[in-house]
Amino acid sequence: MVDGPKILIVEDEQEIRRFLRASLENHSYRVVESQTAREGLLHAAEDHPDLVLLDLGLPDADGLDVIVKLRGWTQVPIIVLSARGRESDKVKALDSGADDYLTKPFSVGELLARIRVALRHAERGGDELEEPIFTLDTLRVDLARRQVFVSDKEVHLTPIEYRLLTTLIKYAGKVITHRQLLKEVWGPDSVFETHYLRVYMTHLRRKIERDPAQPRFLLTDPGIGYRLAAP
Amino acid sequence: MNDGRRDPDALLARVQAEEAKKARGKLKIFFGASPGVGKTYTMLEAGREQAREGLDVLVGYIEPHVRPETQALVLGLDMLARKEVPYRGTKLVEFDLEAALAKRPQLILVDELAHSNAPGMTHAKRWQDVLQLLEAGISVFTTLNVQHLESLKDVIAQITGVSVAETVPDSVFDGADEVELVDLPADDLLERMREGKVYLPHQAERAIKNFFAKGNLIALRELALRKAAERVGAQMDDYRQQQGVSGVWPVNERLLVCVGPSPFSTRLVRATRRIAGSLKAPWVAVHVETPADSRLSENARELLSQTLHLAEQLGGETATITGPNLPDELIHYARSRNVTKIIVGKPNRSRWKEWLQGSLVYELTRKCGDIDVYVITGDRDDKTSSAQQPSPPHASGNAYLVSVLIVLACTLISWPLSYTLAAATLIMVYLLGIVAIASRFGRGPSVLASLLSVAAFDFFFVPPFFTFAVQDTEYIFTFAVMLATALTISTLTTRVTFQAESARARERRAASLYAMSHQLAAARTLEQIAQAAVRHVSDAVDAKVAVLVADPGGAWASLGSETNSFEPGPHDLAVARWVLDHEEIAGHSTATLPGSAGLYLPLRASHGAVGVLGILPSTPWKTIGPDRLHLLETLSGLTALATERVQLAAEAARIRVQMETEKLRNSLLSAVSHDLRTPLSVITGAASTLVDVEKSLDPAVREELLESILDEAEHLNRLVVNLLDMTRLEAGAIEVKRDWQSVEEIVGVALGRQSDQLKDHPVVTRLEPELPFVPMDDLLIEQVLINLLENAAKYSPPGAPIELTASEESGRLVVEVADRGAGLAPEDLERVFEKFFRSNSAIARPGAGLGLAICRGIIELHGGTIEAKNRDGGGAVFRFSLPLASSQPTIPADEAPTGA
Repeated sequence: MVDGPKILIVEDEQEIRRFLRASLENHSYRVVESQTAREGLLHAAEDHPDLVLLDLGLPDADGLDVIVKLRGWTQVPIIVLSARGRESDKVKALDSGADDYLTKPFSVGELLARIRVALRHAERGGDELEEPIFTLDTLRVDLARRQVFVSDKEVHLTPIEYRLLTTLIKYAGKVITHRQLLKEVWGPDSVFETHYLRVYMTHLRRKIERDPAQPRFLLTDPGIGYRLAAP
Repeated sequence: MNDGRRDPDALLARVQAEEAKKARGKLKIFFGASPGVGKTYTMLEAGREQAREGLDVLVGYIEPHVRPETQALVLGLDMLARKEVPYRGTKLVEFDLEAALAKRPQLILVDELAHSNAPGMTHAKRWQDVLQLLEAGISVFTTLNVQHLESLKDVIAQITGVSVAETVPDSVFDGADEVELVDLPADDLLERMREGKVYLPHQAERAIKNFFAKGNLIALRELALRKAAERVGAQMDDYRQQQGVSGVWPVNERLLVCVGPSPFSTRLVRATRRIAGSLKAPWVAVHVETPADSRLSENARELLSQTLHLAEQLGGETATITGPNLPDELIHYARSRNVTKIIVGKPNRSRWKEWLQGSLVYELTRKCGDIDVYVITGDRDDKTSSAQQPSPPHASGNAYLVSVLIVLACTLISWPLSYTLAAATLIMVYLLGIVAIASRFGRGPSVLASLLSVAAFDFFFVPPFFTFAVQDTEYIFTFAVMLATALTISTLTTRVTFQAESARARERRAASLYAMSHQLAAARTLEQIAQAAVRHVSDAVDAKVAVLVADPGGAWASLGSETNSFEPGPHDLAVARWVLDHEEIAGHSTATLPGSAGLYLPLRASHGAVGVLGILPSTPWKTIGPDRLHLLETLSGLTALATERVQLAAEAARIRVQMETEKLRNSLLSAVSHDLRTPLSVITGAASTLVDVEKSLDPAVREELLESILDEAEHLNRLVVNLLDMTRLEAGAIEVKRDWQSVEEIVGVALGRQSDQLKDHPVVTRLEPELPFVPMDDLLIEQVLINLLENAAKYSPPGAPIELTASEESGRLVVEVADRGAGLAPEDLERVFEKFFRSNSAIARPGAGLGLAICRGIIELHGGTIEAKNRDGGGAVFRFSLPLASSQPTIPADEAPTGA
């Protein structure tokens, strides 16, 4: 009856599994549940899920180990579930290969949006953007001509600002950790210089946001990184 | 009408004494006239009787020479192993106090109360062991012969010619709960001896044979019977008092015995104790310190201190008073203490000496008024006394030489004057010299100078010159007057000097006490107290000092590491422990645990011992001496009180913290019970409604219920987040991860996060352009902004604008969140940042009163400040400022923007 993408839930709390299953199945996803890390890895191998929802606080193993093991043989999108205040855990999970994260408690709407973004990126597979023109609300970026327009007015960006923006566009909707961004824009030697990001993000916001203090495109995930709002 | 009524104070004292006794073990003494009357046998029989009645009885110690039938009795009882103590190549067998205390029987049998323990045992005397057993709640049966009673020592020596070395203080005997007299007529005892039933040590056989003469035995028996009868009499009095029996009561008597540095004084003390005992009167032994005392030898001082110590042991009070005139001082003191009888020794001096120096007895009887004076005979045979008489003047040979030189100088000065001045005037020059000598060197040299002066005057200035012959008989009178004047002046000057010196000494002591109490009063920590105590005590007694306090776990902490302090070794720490537990002095130069290097005094305060004061004398002391003991007790008392004060203050502070914590816990509980329960009940109610009647529910209502579930869940989430944040802040678990942050970015995140709460309020954001980057923790500062925005939204009516501004002001970042709500009461402006504080207007709204407390915690962690103010035109403004860095982050240069 249901034929949507298959989602593996690795979570030890039964109540959370129950509502996840209910809401996911309601949106035509197929659901596989597992309570422990061991069981989760087994299911990941046997059931070939299209996406994994992974709780970091599992009883039998550290969620980070599960990510590392999964990444050993599969590029299946992983969305990490974790409590607030564990930002460093989330960053580690993301840097270890997780695709996105959700802070408990989260709303189902948010969860579904993240799943959609993750599945879309996975579907696209490669790093290359298929569309030469990226549009998000009033922001339009012509990737072939390296031109940026806000409300049809061209905005002039420096090379670094442009690289920052296009990197965010590449992962649009998905969080990118400071480390990943720094590595892609400035190179592997600058992964700890988070203030580069602060400075350039401020410049970039002033150029493309209407109110830099209430940004609509360039969103901050405090303590973790940045994301471009999902199109 | 009061006659038959019992005195309530006395009654109360009796009840208290009885209660104290209940906790203590009971002491029963089997009392006999002499060895061999069967005390041990009777005691064992009584012990077995108790065992038969089901009591846990232990035979602690029985003399190893017990007779066969006695031994047979022991066999039926549990016996404690005797402790073997190596002593000068042999082994002494002793009672094992520690083992007995560890076993804790209900009743223990310990033979020979008067026994002296081997060196190295806990106590010097067995009666001290017994007292400790009683203290520990163990009842004791013991045996005692009449000749071992301290107060009867002299009488016994007179009767038997044997001086008993091992004595038991009368207070122990008097304090016994029960005394059973074991009596055997002298003839029967001698019969038993002939049968070999009485054990006699071989080495002392002859002496003891003399002791066991029939006459002696009869006298001893009489003494024992009388002592036992006295006790019965005392019990009868007690009974009469308890039962309120009216009748003839002895008037309130108080005895005073005057003691000096003579061996005879100990006899006086014992005699006084006997008289006081039969009168049931308190008594005091007084030594009057006179100028003569400054010439006392070390031995004499020792003897005096022993006498005073004996008086204390026998239950008397002791006092040392200072004054030039013995009888006057004595009478004055006696009157001040309401003494009714003064006891003095019969002077043992020749008549002329008495005539010259005045008789104490005569002076006393003349001045005593209504006080009775008892004169007790001295001991003529006491040959040892001469050695302990006041020693000859202390002045050195040099002093005498200088005196001679001064007289010579006076003569040389007088020589030229003799041509112009009358001979009588020259006498003044000599007197001047005598005054100088007396004030400088004391009595001996000044007497010598007086005699020399008379001689020199005669020789040089009285015709015929240069002979000691005298022409004019008138000069004989001049010589006599000159000598008398010289001697009087020298005596007076010596006395004045002595008084000045003792006054100085007293003043030094008072000044030292004052300085110490002053310092102690200012001390705020145990360390400071220990420092003050170490400094002053070591000054006062020339010793190294340690202040030890024991924590509840039993570990010692030595306080104060001054040059004059010392660290007691493990053995000494054990002694200190004993002192702390028993609140009694012990260690070096005392009767208890004398083997230790240091002397230990309990720091006794109102609620028991708070620690121990350790004294390590620079040169070992023979005895402490009452003077030194009193001084040390005063100093340790001061230290103890200061220590207790500091400890109580710490305790009070601890209790205050505890109360604060308790208050916090209560606020937390009420916050949790109210603020967690309200959303939970909404959620439960809404959800159960949905489950129950889902099908028939109007879609609008259903929507509403679902909305409220979501809202309340969000409330709960925020509350839990706040509680967790507060807990982490208080536990110090929050680490500030400072990084260069953009204010604009953080404001953006906070506004984004609070967009739901802010939907009813227009938010005006005014950020100063080109705000610098600030080194701060983005997550924490974002939390502050979220809390402030949430508050602003919560406490202002819908539609009221909220203003968020950020600017740079004199090296600080200043952020303000302003609302147009009701504002704050002036007295709440500071308190809103307190944990769980809810202003009156806030009571009705959800929240635990944590948000602003968290804000303050975070801002303070960043080295910033936060404050609340009321705005002109209504509403409140919360303003925090953070320090800015002196420089800004450096970033790699970028190329110019692409395109044109």
